Amino acid sequence: MPAQQEVIQVAAATEPGAAGEQPVVSQYAAPVPAGERERLLWMYRTMLRIREFDERIVQLFGEGKIAGALHSYVGEEAVATGVCAHLRPDDYVVSTHRGHGHLLAKGGEMRRMMAELYGRVDGYCRGKGGSMHITAVELGMLGANGIVGAGVPIATGAGTAIHLKGTDQVVVCFFGDGAVNIGPFHEGLNLAATWNLPVTFVCENNLYAQFTPQRLHAKLPDLYLRAQGYGIPGLVVDGNDVLAVADVVQEAVARSRSGGGPTFIEAKTYRWHGHAVNNPASAVGRDEREIADWKAKDPIPRLAHHLLERGIATALELDSIRDEVLQEVEASIAFAEASPSAPPEAALEHVYAHLPPRADL
Amino acid sequence: MRELLLREALNEALHEEMDADPRVFLLGEDILDPWGGTFRVTEGLSTRFGTERVRETPIPEAAIVGCALGAALLGMRPVAEIMLLDFTAMAMDQIVNQAAKLRYMTGGQASVPIVIRTAGGAGRASAAQHSQSLEAWFTHVPGLKVVMPSTPYDAKGLLKAAIRDPDPVIFIEHKMTYGVRGPVPEGDYTVPLGVADVKRPGTDITVIATSRQVLRALEAAERVAREDGYDVEVVDPRTLYPLDTRTILASIKKTHRAVVVHEAPKRGGWGGELLSTIVEGAFDYLDAPIVRVAAPNTPIPFAPEMERYIVPDVAEIVAGIRQVMA
Ligand SMILES: Cc1ncc(C[n+]2csc(CCOP(=O)(O)OP(=O)(O)O)c2C)c(N)n1
Ligand SMILES: [Mg+2]
Repeated sequence: MPAQQEVIQVAAATEPGAAGEQPVVSQYAAPVPAGERERLLWMYRTMLRIREFDERIVQLFGEGKIAGALHSYVGEEAVATGVCAHLRPDDYVVSTHRGHGHLLAKGGEMRRMMAELYGRVDGYCRGKGGSMHITAVELGMLGANGIVGAGVPIATGAGTAIHLKGTDQVVVCFFGDGAVNIGPFHEGLNLAATWNLPVTFVCENNLYAQFTPQRLHAKLPDLYLRAQGYGIPGLVVDGNDVLAVADVVQEAVARSRSGGGPTFIEAKTYRWHGHAVNNPASAVGRDEREIADWKAKDPIPRLAHHLLERGIATALELDSIRDEVLQEVEASIAFAEASPSAPPEAALEHVYAHLPPRADL
Repeated sequence: MRELLLREALNEALHEEMDADPRVFLLGEDILDPWGGTFRVTEGLSTRFGTERVRETPIPEAAIVGCALGAALLGMRPVAEIMLLDFTAMAMDQIVNQAAKLRYMTGGQASVPIVIRTAGGAGRASAAQHSQSLEAWFTHVPGLKVVMPSTPYDAKGLLKAAIRDPDPVIFIEHKMTYGVRGPVPEGDYTVPLGVADVKRPGTDITVIATSRQVLRALEAAERVAREDGYDVEVVDPRTLYPLDTRTILASIKKTHRAVVVHEAPKRGGWGGELLSTIVEGAFDYLDAPIVRVAAPNTPIPFAPEMERYIVPDVAEIVAGIRQVMA
């Protein structure tokens, strides 16, 4: 039996299709830079990448170019970005159905995600997963998930593996306010707490689960208070302030790395759009004032203001970042459209890693 | 050859695999010493390998499977124990929507080499929530492999193969077979997944049975040999998926007759799937309609008399054989 670490197969996913002559990793899908100024500019760029990607795919959906359930992260960019600002490339994140931002913040290539949404072979999942299952194992992004709350136990498993291997890696588990009332959430939190696992639980409280406001689903509006029931630290943060998010996560992650166990962080935020693009009912019944108030707390101008105010960046620099991001979005669309569709029979692949010669699928 | 109880054979497989591969670890409820598991399959393992690699969980079936899965994504080889097959109902999302589909949904990026060991079957007056045979739930889900050993030899070899397998495996032990004794060679061997075993060669009729019913089918074969002079071939698929259809069809092409036996209720049972496979692959060879021997479509009752009535026994298999031979 081989004792060494099994290499998880990723080769297949990076095999190029027609568009594959270009370099494998695009310029901006890179680890978080080390310097303070660079890190801040990375945050700005990352939030913009998420914003522009998710705004653009709504249009593409409207044009009939991409199909399926697309959950927009617009408005919540500061959470994924602030969280990933202090993660290393060898750390892990476990995502939700609203996973585009998590992937981009973890260093994902926009064009390979775009190709996945187009259902093309150069997509991260070769067109088999789509938006709701966007995954990049090689980046430590262990998967978006179509099942609310399902990532919580999975994150404890990643934490268990890290614990058994004895490394100082960490896991961040994202989930929504809707997930805190489902059984496996409780099971996973209790397990992570009991086993003192290196997992930071980040609740993206955007006040709604699908169409329904949180007050109809739980009596306690402050979800971080639940941490006490598991005997772990519970913190609350302004989820529209990327610097504040980065600070609390840095502390939580540092605690996990040094064996201090899990932390529960509630990031209070808001999604600007309905639950999913293909779901008109989700826009019904929201208060215009509420939406306007939250748009006034847009995390991206907030960071821009900070950068300009402190003389960390010039308006010119921020503009050119925006231009580059817009170019990246258009280039990713071109990449996706140039990527071939998989032959339909590819639907029969990847069900099992191994079947004996005598077995039929 | 040395003889072991089936429970001991499983225990030995776990010892050997944990010894050979540091990625293998166990998690489940009440699996630590001095208890060593509800059916004592994990006896001695926490003492030998420590409580890091033999991990006592609270009672969260979904999290047990999810945790195994998450660890597998990072290259570990977890063996999760779900105390009873009935309790997998609590973990169905993690088994069916997560473990079974991750490789597929990620276009081959993710590997989920987990084994879920669990105990099924009636026979201990444990009533309707602790006695079921739910294997058909899992054979219906692409991405899962389903194993049901019937002998100590197979149990050890199949468990070792399951642990080394790159895909998620549901390993269903029958709680009434833990005390079955049989020959088990010393040392390392595997029984590959997807290879059926002809447990008794014969020429007149093929009985395909699973799990504990293999043992009853063998008894029934002896009885009809004595009383009717029929020469029965008993085939144990050992893994319901991947299924060794070749061995099963070859047997039927030889005997031209078949009885399918399992402990699960007949309706929607795995036997119906097997029967269709036989009809698709060997219809022209059949000399008589196939008979299914299975439980009636009821929950499992508590009272031992009623429980014995529900679970197929040797007499019912004998009757099934006679019906097909008539
Ligand atoms: C187990 C399960 N139940 C229901 C759904 C349908 N569903 C998808 S997202 C969602 C709401 C989730 O809300 P929340 O966790 O707050 O995340 P958000 O969409 O707000 O980011 C529901 C009910 C599902 N995917 N999984
Ligand atoms: Mg929500």
